Amino acid sequence: MGSKSTQHPFFVSVFFLGIFLFVWHVATISPPFDPTGKTDEELLVMEFNGDIVQTDGGGYAWNPEKEKVKGVPGPMTVLEKAWVELNEAFVIKGTNDHGIAFLVGYTVSRFSVGFLVASGVAILVGIILGLNQMLFRALNPFIQILKPISPLAWMPLLLYTVKDPKWTAILVVFMAAIWPTLATTAFGVNSLRKEYLQVAAILQLSWFKRLYKVILPGAAPTIVNGLRISFGSALVAVVPAEMLLGELGVGYLSWIEWNNLDIAGVLFAILVVGTVGVLLDSGFNKLAGLVTYRE
Amino acid sequence: MSFLSIDHVSKYFPSHSGNGTVCIFEKVTVKINKGEFVTVIGHSGCGKSTLLNIIAGLETPTEGGAILNGQEVSGPGLDRMVVFQNFALMPWMTVFQNVAIAVRSAYPTWSSQEIKAHVQKYITLVGLQGAETKKPTALSGGMKQRVGLARAFSIEPKVLLLDEPFAQIDALTRGVIQEELVQMWNATRNTVFMVTHDVDEAILLSDRIMLMTNGPSARIAEIVDVTIPRPRSRETIIDDEHYYKIRNHIIHFLVRHASHGQTDEGGDHAEPSDPVEINFSRQSTNKDETVMSH
Repeated sequence: MGSKSTQHPFFVSVFFLGIFLFVWHVATISPPFDPTGKTDEELLVMEFNGDIVQTDGGGYAWNPEKEKVKGVPGPMTVLEKAWVELNEAFVIKGTNDHGIAFLVGYTVSRFSVGFLVASGVAILVGIILGLNQMLFRALNPFIQILKPISPLAWMPLLLYTVKDPKWTAILVVFMAAIWPTLATTAFGVNSLRKEYLQVAAILQLSWFKRLYKVILPGAAPTIVNGLRISFGSALVAVVPAEMLLGELGVGYLSWIEWNNLDIAGVLFAILVVGTVGVLLDSGFNKLAGLVTYRE
Repeated sequence: MSFLSIDHVSKYFPSHSGNGTVCIFEKVTVKINKGEFVTVIGHSGCGKSTLLNIIAGLETPTEGGAILNGQEVSGPGLDRMVVFQNFALMPWMTVFQNVAIAVRSAYPTWSSQEIKAHVQKYITLVGLQGAETKKPTALSGGMKQRVGLARAFSIEPKVLLLDEPFAQIDALTRGVIQEELVQMWNATRNTVFMVTHDVDEAILLSDRIMLMTNGPSARIAEIVDVTIPRPRSRETIIDDEHYYKIRNHIIHFLVRHASHGQTDEGGDHAEPSDPVEINFSRQSTNKDETVMSH
């Protein structure tokens, strides 16, 4: 079997998706209720407990309400749930029941504010450290200690300090996003090819011109790599931050559906988190493409 | 008073063992006249690029100093532009921008039209018209160094410093660019200080060639006058009566210093002796004396 251009990876993706959905569907099918071998009294107790309901034909079937929380829901159930949620995407039913579009909006804005502010601070401090070898070596031990701390570990302290879950969630994103960018920016500026700086020195460029004509564009590919790592870690942090703080968002959606014992809702929320991640990531890659260069 | 002089310059680096220093070169003295093309030849690691960087102001000498036009060099400046071995073009800028940033710095009072015209003139001079909007990645090594030369010539520096400018260019292209450089230099008559280990390149381009011994404690042992009349081209210089004498002399020098490491002359260099001047025109009159003198 030669790999021809006609074998587009798209079709392979669809094929695997089909297999996955089929296996999922088969694995989650529950057999119809079989009353054989059960006495009328037993059936009555089961009906009383809400496990089964009487059908129009006089027989019994599993209670569809209870089915939802029994076992893992199949793909059709999740699809149904998604359909319902997407139809109500822009509906606000109550204080804690906002449509999915609002939830995505809250998460994206919360993420964006935290990430952008963290990136700005990290790039600024990173450049200063990258240009000053002594300062970099003096502060590097602190960065190394702060970097591996899970951003969620800061949460109690942040909540205690700012006393506002909204800002705490943003600060958790901030803490998640700052270190990788800071460390790589310092590294990128520090390892900028010395010829570029020599040319800048010969041409007597002003400090500011040196910064935005030579240092920033020169270190841009490394900085973007740092931003990408920060981006991933901030995206990972925003979901549990919302769960723990009870702030409306896609992470919160997953938790509230769990509290409702709606597993199909949990699965739907997981898919939404994935989709939001993909959208943010592709937006980021578009921006990154603008500033990188090849040598 | 010469235009550019390197006055008793020594450079020491910290040694690898940690304590103490290694002497790269000692008490190097070179005098270069205005409009002269001078080349230093030596093996890798003899410190010739360090010497160039000291003139450029990119490195500071341990002792001594470089004096340009009566002023001691204290740092890099627009009057001494370097052409780098690895081109040192900003890969995020186009060809035009790479030259324009230099022109804008050298002539801050110019209007953008004047700057544009000036940049275009030098891009055309190196034959890169049509490639203005390309990034350096899209260019061959030869074209990259043409941009480097355009950038250097465009700011009309007092001294051009060429740091093995053609070492990373393939041999066929190298010859072409060397001749282009000859033409550009003929038009401008800049003072040029070049560092190379290509003997033919040195003979084609230079008025005088300084031969540097190997480090540590390298020194300029001989100065060869290139007594081949200008204008020169690669085709015609090989027919000159002095060409092979000069070439052989330099190659013998380099081979001698490659195999022996330390020089076989001059003893322990307690006080480096003045470089021997070699001139093959004069040599024909008092041949014995010059040949025997080293």
